[in-house]
Amino acid sequence: MSISKKIVDDLVANDVSFITTVPCKQLAGVIEEVEERDEIFHIPANKEDEGMGLCAGAWMGGKRPAIIMQNTAIGVTINTLATLTQFYRMPLPMLISYRGELREPVACQVEMAVHTKALLNQLNIPTYHFHKESDADELDAILKYTFMCNKPVAILTDASFWGGYGDQ
Amino acid sequence: MIRSEILREIAPIIRDQLVVCNIGLPSQELHMIDDQPTNFYMLGTMGLSSSIGLGLALSQDKTVISIDGDGSVLTNLGTLPTIANNVADNYILLIIDNGSYGSTGDQPTYAGMKTSLTAVAKACGCENVVECQDVDTGKVLQAALDSKKMTIIVSKCDSGNIKLPVITKDPVVIRDRFMTAVAS
Ligand SMILES: Cc1ncc(C[n+]2csc(CCOP(=O)(O)OP(=O)(O)O)c2C)c(N)n1
Ligand SMILES: [Mg+2]
Repeated sequence: MSISKKIVDDLVANDVSFITTVPCKQLAGVIEEVEERDEIFHIPANKEDEGMGLCAGAWMGGKRPAIIMQNTAIGVTINTLATLTQFYRMPLPMLISYRGELREPVACQVEMAVHTKALLNQLNIPTYHFHKESDADELDAILKYTFMCNKPVAILTDASFWGGYGDQ
Repeated sequence: MIRSEILREIAPIIRDQLVVCNIGLPSQELHMIDDQPTNFYMLGTMGLSSSIGLGLALSQDKTVISIDGDGSVLTNLGTLPTIANNVADNYILLIIDNGSYGSTGDQPTYAGMKTSLTAVAKACGCENVVECQDVDTGKVLQAALDSKKMTIIVSKCDSGNIKLPVITKDPVVIRDRFMTAVAS
């Protein structure tokens, strides 16, 4: 089974039915899988903070949301995470491509990679880092944990997890 | 009319609807004029009233009215294409366009200059976009509710604020009360 399919199976099994996305090359497969599932309403956002607003509304409307985005979006969403998701105590699983790690071909991506964990840590956001494919075995438990504690939770998925960048 | 006068006028119309209300004075005014469990007051996060309301409308059947401001829509302009392309006929976006960042002291916005949010919304693909004058807001809002079609209303009004206290309710209490009303 492809890793994208496994991830989306776990989301569906945990009743996640409202997913907003802003693409990253690394996330193309998982976004495609989200789009294909009838159980999921997929609503692409133009900016990740907008997406988090959509998720807040969906959750208050009785649906379990999730956001799929790149780690650079942590820089875009800090205000929203603090003043909306955390302040009103709302759950939000964030499946994040962790660009700028080992095997990264684009130097600029490293500039946010070096801040990613520090920012998440500063925000007291529970953070999990998927480096090997088997790390995704914890996704089911992470999703249950997120909807148990009503917090935003970050799942960083690096290039090694996704199988690298192909031939460079 | 200024924003608080519009809110006073539409209070009886929005009383039984789910309302997501913009940060700052709009929420403080609505809270003072007619506090309802069906009101979700934003205490921060400028720009996301329309997005929260759309997510809510797409996730359950009750009608949702997002009360937004021109400055807040300008800061989250990406919301308009998302609204246009994800039609929810139980959703109304009411933009109170006073041409200023009212809550921070009436600094002018571009919506009060060359930029028409009505034209922007249409260009983004929104289908039912109605621009009205402040005095007609109640009538236009009622018509939008009756139409059961997703509608964007741009209500052009004067800048100006009244003195009133901040909302001291705990955000989790606001949210929990609101979710109970949504689910009831
Ligand atoms: C990111 C961010 N920048 C600035 C502010 C300060 N701020 C709060 S309300 C507001 C004005 C909003 O204007 P508008 O949406 O037109 O609403 P009005 O008060 O005019 O009804 C501003 C600038 C903020 N809360 N967050
Ligand atoms: Mg304004």
